[in-house]
Amino acid sequence: MKKFEVTAQKDTRSGFGAGLLEAAQSNENIVGLCADLTGSLMMDGFQKAFPHRFFQVGIAEANMMGLAAGLATAGKIPFTGTFANFSTGRVYDQIRQSIAYSDKNVKICASHAGLTLGEDGATHQILEDLGLMKMLPGMVVINPCDYNQTKAATLAIANHHGPVYLRFGRPKWPVFTPDNQQFEIGKALMLNEGSDVSIFATGHLVWKAIQAGEMLAEKGISAEIINIHTIKPLDAEAVLNSARKTRCVVTAEEHQINGGLGDSIAQLLVRNMPLPVEMVAVMDSFGESGKPEELLTKYHLDAPDVVAAAERAIARKS
Amino acid sequence: MTDSNRLKTIATQVRRDILRQVYNVQSGHPGGSLGLADYLTALYFHLMKHNPSNFTMEARNEDVFILSNGHVSPVFYSVLARSGYFPVSELSTFRLLNSRLQGHPATHEGLPGVRVATGSLGQGLSVACGMALAKKLNQDDNTVFVVTGDGELQEGQIWEAVMYAAHNKLDNMIVAVDFNGQQIDGSTLDIMGFDEIGSKFASFGWEVMYMDGNNMDEILATIPQARAKQGNGKPVVIVMKTEMGMGVDFMMGTHAWHGKAPNAEQFEKAMAQLPETELGDF
Repeated sequence: MKKFEVTAQKDTRSGFGAGLLEAAQSNENIVGLCADLTGSLMMDGFQKAFPHRFFQVGIAEANMMGLAAGLATAGKIPFTGTFANFSTGRVYDQIRQSIAYSDKNVKICASHAGLTLGEDGATHQILEDLGLMKMLPGMVVINPCDYNQTKAATLAIANHHGPVYLRFGRPKWPVFTPDNQQFEIGKALMLNEGSDVSIFATGHLVWKAIQAGEMLAEKGISAEIINIHTIKPLDAEAVLNSARKTRCVVTAEEHQINGGLGDSIAQLLVRNMPLPVEMVAVMDSFGESGKPEELLTKYHLDAPDVVAAAERAIARKS
Repeated sequence: MTDSNRLKTIATQVRRDILRQVYNVQSGHPGGSLGLADYLTALYFHLMKHNPSNFTMEARNEDVFILSNGHVSPVFYSVLARSGYFPVSELSTFRLLNSRLQGHPATHEGLPGVRVATGSLGQGLSVACGMALAKKLNQDDNTVFVVTGDGELQEGQIWEAVMYAAHNKLDNMIVAVDFNGQQIDGSTLDIMGFDEIGSKFASFGWEVMYMDGNNMDEILATIPQARAKQGNGKPVVIVMKTEMGMGVDFMMGTHAWHGKAPNAEQFEKAMAQLPETELGDF
């Protein structure tokens, strides 16, 4: 099992803030909109550097999505910022009609996604956003795994023409991917080659998959670990190549079992290469208040849960 | 011919186009479309600075029109085609399979003149605010024109945008509320209306004007006055009284023709009230 060095503990939302500032420095068409969460979204650096390109929209997310659509119509590249809950479910029809169906070049940037939002509880812990967004035709859906990758993804989406949903989170999280990496939308990243089971993980759970890989190695199990930072378009070739080799699959995500990465991979496999799939995800329930790590444990999204899923998947191999 | 008379002739042809589109496919929204024929004709054939032969999404250095109540697509398509955005003959494809003239206006099929998909009510005003912001960023002093329905004011997003536009002094925007007093289920007052639209906008900090949207001379007099307020720091709303079904006697004074196509007999009767013009039918 390859060793991953943790270089820092940083929140992915700060990676977004840093990426937005850097992207805006070289592209004057980039504008930012925020619904009263500038500090939480780490957009204050952008706001200070480019006050005339930053739009405070107040607590009015539906209007924010429409404003972004209008700015995009006029050739701007709007980045909207609010919590993932208010970036998706609250404004789904605005995104569907005014942005996705209208082919607008809007970047919907969503923080505090998933259980790791923590103490604020289930009202704010959206676990359905990846599913909602991936169902929209033409929408690119990205869920990077750490600070460095979130920064790189933010820079990459600025250069991609079309609507994008970029999901990131609140807590400090291990940074283990390279600084100044190139981010290729839709290209899965091989983290560890293995032969017994393929683990496809996204977002914060990529780190849990790496920890699980180390635990599995101690048990003599060789896990292939792949970072699916782009849920849509899914890197089908990478998924199928790995599954062809290992013959069983685990998916891991901070999302409902319905509609997320696991669904996408299961659909791909069912249509091309039916194999055992085990899913590490929230099992059709809402979250609750607690510390991020406590919640990941309680809702079975921790490294030991990935290990158990891998063992189940291997046992199901014919 | 005076501008007013020329525009009245075009508006008559637009009304014929509306009825023919809806009748052809036995589907669509004739009532509100007929009510808006005069205002949209005035905008597209006289008041707006626009470039039908070279449509760009960005609309730099020209006026912009956003139709928020997208269900009145027949009137929108007619003025777009008649002013040169696409061939008039294409009106015959309204709501048909593989047409660019979708039931509600959309950008997806690349129809020139449409800048955002509308019809899910309440959204167009926000998009228009975004375009008005962009014009200010680009130091482009042209105007963003918007039409919303009056029933549409029941959507909460409208008031988010109304608050935003006032707070951010989007004075390069002229919003006409199509005050016909009708919606699908009946009169707006019965369903969830308020009888003084203007005071609501005024209380949010908008400049409020009133206009008879079926009186061409009044339209031609009012819009330049509205434009003259640009730069005063307030967005402008025009409470525009219209008659749903205007021009066809049996379609007026009722909500019944909001989303209903006439049958053959009704179509003949309606068309007989709208004299043919030298522009010719599609």
